[in-house]
Amino acid sequence: MSAANGARTATALGGIRVVEISNELGAFAGKLLADMGADVISIEPPGGSPMRGYEPFRDDVPDTEGSLHWWHYNTSKRGITLDLETDSGRDCFRRLIDTADLLLECEPPGRLKELGLDHATLAAEHPELITVSITPFGQQGAGRSDLATDLTLLAEGGPVWSCGYDDHSLPPVRGGGNQGYQTACHYAVMSALTAILIREGTGLGQHVDVNAHAACNVTTEMSSYHWLVSKGTVKRQTGRHAMEFSTLPTQIECADGRHATTGVPPRTPAEFATLHEWLVELGLTDEFPESIFIRMGAEREQIDLSQIGSDDELTAIFGAAREALNFIASRVSAYAFFEGAQKRGITVGVIYSPEEAMEDAHFRARGFPVEVEHKTLGATFTYPGAPYVFEKTPWRISRPAPQLGEHNQEIFGELGLSAKEIDVLCATGVR
Amino acid sequence: MRANALSHIRVCDFTGQLAGAGATKWLAAFGAEVIRIEDPVRKGMWDILRAMPPFVDERRGYDFGGGFNNHNVEKLGITLNLRTEKGRELLAEIVKRSDLVSENFASGVMERLGFGYERLKELRPDVVYVSNCGFGHTGPYAGYKTWGPIVQAVSGLTFTSGLPDQPPAGWGYSYMDHTGAYYQAIAILAALVHRARTGEGQWVDLSCTEAGLTLHGTALLDYTVNGRAMRRPGMPNSNRSQNPRMAPHGVYAAAGDDCWIAIACRDDSEWKALAGRIDEDWARNSRFATREGRLEFEDELDRQLEAWTRTRDRFVLQEALQQVDIPAVAVLLPEERIDQNPNVKDWALFPEAVHQKMGNVRVDGLPVHFSKTDWHIEHGGPCLGEHNEQVYGDLLGLSVDEIDGLREEGVI
Repeated sequence: MSAANGARTATALGGIRVVEISNELGAFAGKLLADMGADVISIEPPGGSPMRGYEPFRDDVPDTEGSLHWWHYNTSKRGITLDLETDSGRDCFRRLIDTADLLLECEPPGRLKELGLDHATLAAEHPELITVSITPFGQQGAGRSDLATDLTLLAEGGPVWSCGYDDHSLPPVRGGGNQGYQTACHYAVMSALTAILIREGTGLGQHVDVNAHAACNVTTEMSSYHWLVSKGTVKRQTGRHAMEFSTLPTQIECADGRHATTGVPPRTPAEFATLHEWLVELGLTDEFPESIFIRMGAEREQIDLSQIGSDDELTAIFGAAREALNFIASRVSAYAFFEGAQKRGITVGVIYSPEEAMEDAHFRARGFPVEVEHKTLGATFTYPGAPYVFEKTPWRISRPAPQLGEHNQEIFGELGLSAKEIDVLCATGVR
Repeated sequence: MRANALSHIRVCDFTGQLAGAGATKWLAAFGAEVIRIEDPVRKGMWDILRAMPPFVDERRGYDFGGGFNNHNVEKLGITLNLRTEKGRELLAEIVKRSDLVSENFASGVMERLGFGYERLKELRPDVVYVSNCGFGHTGPYAGYKTWGPIVQAVSGLTFTSGLPDQPPAGWGYSYMDHTGAYYQAIAILAALVHRARTGEGQWVDLSCTEAGLTLHGTALLDYTVNGRAMRRPGMPNSNRSQNPRMAPHGVYAAAGDDCWIAIACRDDSEWKALAGRIDEDWARNSRFATREGRLEFEDELDRQLEAWTRTRDRFVLQEALQQVDIPAVAVLLPEERIDQNPNVKDWALFPEAVHQKMGNVRVDGLPVHFSKTDWHIEHGGPCLGEHNEQVYGDLLGLSVDEIDGLREEGVI
């Protein structure tokens, strides 16, 4: 156990020390823990993590300290360099583990064992140690883990099959943003916190094997359970759920060329009344003759959804509602459609790009964009903020991503090494 | 191996659909006592998955939804009519005995039920309360409603999934129902860890759209630091790789109807190996020899590569390319990834759970294994009110007669 001693902390995970062996697959897990207050120490090889070479760079200038990918995935962490191929590096690593609650690693299965740094070896001296390993196929899994990328994980894991267009001459689509890695990391963080919670009561340390391919494979919603329950195979459709049978389009191009998704059409007489009022307000009832059906829906005492298909009038009413939404959307901007519908209690969505969402008044009002000071650059940048609002232990980016070896002196010092010892270690290849 | 490691955690659970139910499924699989509270008047149908397809056979109704079963394994289910005074009293007793209250109603619903956070705290001062709704409980859109695809639309996920010169492809399922549930589980667990260490409970207001927006970190920094918006000509093109840039990188047609293979070359040596396999003049063109060249002529590279893959079987190609160390995998159909993948079988990824009425049904398991306190899925999702006797009897100490009385009064 490190510093906390159960002391009241302002962060949810204050006093929990995580040692992370830096890797693109798992960096997000470390960030999620670090932004909740864990003391995450990221270990890079002396030359730096390959992630430092990932585009895009600040001002598009490739630089060890300029990768925005590195910046994002390593917030709130401290960073050291350590060569685990050397005796002194491994010695230092063990001393670090002496102080750690949790080891987060994504090394190829077997590599840490070769180095004598695997969980079983470390746990012999630290029974309370928790190790969370993230690998493409698990520690024992079949599959070429050395060839796995975000794309291959999502293609083999199922998400790609479900995403794309009605036109099946176009390829299925991998959603953007390395979501395969991020899904694995969500499970890694759930695992880490669960293991910590279990340890709080029992003192029990353990190893957790997180399988990234399996994580994608159980993050596919209907695609999985339609097969599991009734041997149904879903097929992809533009902007809506992949289904066994094709469904009506829900995505609309609005008057400004941007898109919206129509979501759940009106289902109750009150909702039909609201929709009719909206058509009237926009002066569109003449151009949209099916308005009459919307009014009929509003005048019904109740609408029994199970009668759609058998009750002709009801079927027409229900179909007209979706048509009406499509028609309104084609006459106003995507945002006006979103705002107009939602203010009337009709559930639709504007299709924002990420930057448009971050600039939206709602997300600003909730404090989503946060400012992070980069002291070494003498500048402050806006980062995406909290995924959750904790009342008492707020999420926070406590520092920008570490520069290469930024905390070597500080952390080796914390381990009780003298300045001279640190110099000697550094000279013998620790960094 | 110790199962039920979280059996000391009791959850008063109002979650439903997948966005909420997925969070407490995790807790239940590790042994937490998750008590689903459902409305007997509406037959629990706030959670529409209770009666939605797929079905195991011809039977229909609120105890037969396949998705509901999948998301609610290992949970207890009780009915409770909160319109009645007695119902509210019983809920208060359950809250007093619960470590966590979780829900994913629209914002304001718990207040209207008379069980907003202030009331929960009165009943249980160290309660952890985690709410999960589309836009959170504050801000201009707090009253707006969502479901998965709406969350994905507003948080940028729909936009960033697609091909150039096409409308957004989006996600062909509720990715943010899964991921919203993951964030809710993370919030619950972090708050429980904090409570275990300090004795302090709290409220976590989870906004699913915000959670979704955090999934674009690098793209957002490219905007705030470099001023480069994701909405720009040629973008998004999400089958290509942006972080880092690499080419070729995409999903290419293979022989057969709707058959595809994903291929990535992470560096020049992987391209060289691929070019060697292709063994055609175009692949030897020096313009493709370097990453810079391949990125500059990426459209042409993709066209040529697809002309080559199009006549080849995706599994034969996968094996041939992996043999020379190139990341390449067939795009798998559900039946292939679930039933024919050795990695999945060895992992026991899709365990069979026993449902009271549906019988044995395979469900999504968890993609993790704990060496000492692993998860455990044996029981299917609860039928409506399945555990009324157990919960009202064992937990609240009511007699059989009292429970029968509640049933007659329409309380449960």
